[in-house]
Amino acid sequence: MKVTFPHMGYMYVSLKGMLEYLDIEVVVPPPCSKRTLDLGMKHSPEFACLPLKLNIGNFIEARELGADTIMMAGGCGPCRFGYYAYVENEILKDLNIHYNLVVLEPPEKHIGELLGRIRKITGNRPWIKVIKALRFGYLKARAVDEVEQMSFQIRPRELVRGATDRALQEAVDEIERAKKPEEIPFALNRAREIMEAVPADMSRPVLKVALVGEIYTLLEPFSNVNIERHLGYLGVEVERSMMLSQWINDHLFMGLVKNVPSSERFKKVASPYLCHFVGGHGEETVGAAVWYARQGFDGAIQVLPFTCMPEIVAQSILPKVSGDTGLPVMTLIMDEHSGEAGMITRLEAFIDLLHKRKEQKEVLASW
Amino acid sequence: MKGYLGIDVGSVSTNIVFMDEDTNVLESLYLRTNGQPVVAVQRGLKQISEKLPPHTVVRGVGTTGSGRQLTGIVVGADAIKNEITAHAVAASHLVPGVQTVLEIGGQDSKIIILRNGVVTDFAMNTVCAAGTGSFLDQQASRLNIAIEEFGDIALRGKTPVRIAGRCAVFAESDMIHKQQMGFNLEDILAGLCEALVRNYLNNVGKGKEILGPVVFQGGVAANAGMRRAFERAIGMEVHVPKYFNVMGAVGAALLARDAVSRGVPTRFKGFGVADLEYKAGSFECDGCPNLCEVIEMAEAGRVIARWGDRCGKWSNALAAGNCS
Repeated sequence: MKVTFPHMGYMYVSLKGMLEYLDIEVVVPPPCSKRTLDLGMKHSPEFACLPLKLNIGNFIEARELGADTIMMAGGCGPCRFGYYAYVENEILKDLNIHYNLVVLEPPEKHIGELLGRIRKITGNRPWIKVIKALRFGYLKARAVDEVEQMSFQIRPRELVRGATDRALQEAVDEIERAKKPEEIPFALNRAREIMEAVPADMSRPVLKVALVGEIYTLLEPFSNVNIERHLGYLGVEVERSMMLSQWINDHLFMGLVKNVPSSERFKKVASPYLCHFVGGHGEETVGAAVWYARQGFDGAIQVLPFTCMPEIVAQSILPKVSGDTGLPVMTLIMDEHSGEAGMITRLEAFIDLLHKRKEQKEVLASW
Repeated sequence: MKGYLGIDVGSVSTNIVFMDEDTNVLESLYLRTNGQPVVAVQRGLKQISEKLPPHTVVRGVGTTGSGRQLTGIVVGADAIKNEITAHAVAASHLVPGVQTVLEIGGQDSKIIILRNGVVTDFAMNTVCAAGTGSFLDQQASRLNIAIEEFGDIALRGKTPVRIAGRCAVFAESDMIHKQQMGFNLEDILAGLCEALVRNYLNNVGKGKEILGPVVFQGGVAANAGMRRAFERAIGMEVHVPKYFNVMGAVGAALLARDAVSRGVPTRFKGFGVADLEYKAGSFECDGCPNLCEVIEMAEAGRVIARWGDRCGKWSNALAAGNCS
């Protein structure tokens, strides 16, 4: 059995770690590229969203490397993503690409259900080992999230453009190389050292912008045309409302791990703007805008794939949140266009706006 | 004479203005980009230098529009700014107190909300270019009328036909149906203007508070039919400023003036760049799986700029001075 999975940012580090810990062979698809998108677009329904197209591309490219089993998250509710695993498998079957499909549906009641669903891959391996592997994967996700968050702070302050990006890849590779849970603390320390070694002027004043919206376009840099990187270059420290470890804990572990940031903090403040689950992360997006406004952020950017229903609901509510809280919010819709110029134009204009507001506030405050 | 140059290189047009030190626009040019931004800029610089009196001193140059980086490198710009900021700067300079800017260009449309002279919100079309200048251009040529006449014909429409404006593809087929049913051209064009305005207000203006004074600018503002449709839809007077089609360039010139205001000497390379040979080339870097398309610009055979590399390997190499 050679297991593959779709890309979503650095998720591969976590999944690969978990599966290899169980001695399961893994095929990581090549990073999302123009080719991935071309393959995906060619074989996907035109009205599907960008994540589906990139998933299909990932699976075709993974098959070229010998993968035979897909492991993918599922879901239920108004977002189409819940069906993507099955729909994608049907599309692949039509292309004569036959995979074994294992869908990790989120557990309804207890984390034990997750263990049952994963059994198709883990076979007769002892439960205790499987639980250890899940924990190992989760710890890797947390380690990667930590260095990613370091990069958010360093990038706008780096002295040599691109130094943070190179360091981040090295740091992630360091975590990837850890083969056992015991090795993670050491790997994480080395990763932190790599990040801290990036020459940067940490006293440089920066703007703080929150990235909110749909999880895939937030996490996969290919799908969001490297928005975090461009904001960093424009002197903006970003914070992403959705980190992988948070999602794993919230959705797959049902909040088993305590004392870590959870999307509950957003849901609590989404009311009175949106008091109901609308699918995907629509409710969290609205809540996150409120939450970041209260945290004193300078602005927020919502990213979503074109035709994403839950985020469209959120988008129509955000102007009200923005009006009430004074937090400028911009929405960027991601689709097949890979040109960065259009996005940079919008980012620059948004950052200009935030700078002017900040200047005005400071002038008023100095009175 | 002394003054500032503003250059706006857009998808459809390349505009250049020359502004004197008191911010009066003395010369303005509107050229088609024709997909060759550098050639268009060179041609524009040549034309404008011929119009200006001899011994004109350019104190600063600003570039904007989607070709701003490229042009900035070619001419040696003091300010390189995105077109949203440039349009806002120009509008608030020419129409003091403006609170809403409606802008429709060749490939994009935007709305800018200003309060107390500062941009407080803006939006720009993202995935769809429906309702922009290119679409009107295309429809005009399909109906075999000159784009310049479009607005006046639309104004003659008494009972605008309802046309589905949500998507340009649907709008076109809807228009064809209405033509075949026998509606007259005036009413169809007036209906199209209304459909585009509806689409703009729903998609770009979504949820934004439109307060007067309202300024309508960009190439499409030349279309009187569109202006009337906007006035009807928002129930307010819509101003079209004198330099409506070169507002980006006006903004760029104003930004250049700011950039050099503290006695910084200009980086302008002179009108001579119009005669230099520029060559853009690109290659795919195979240093990592990103396979970035790196673009390089050569001036008279020497590489002066590279961009497009995500890691900075190529652009940094040039900045360090070790380019091949």
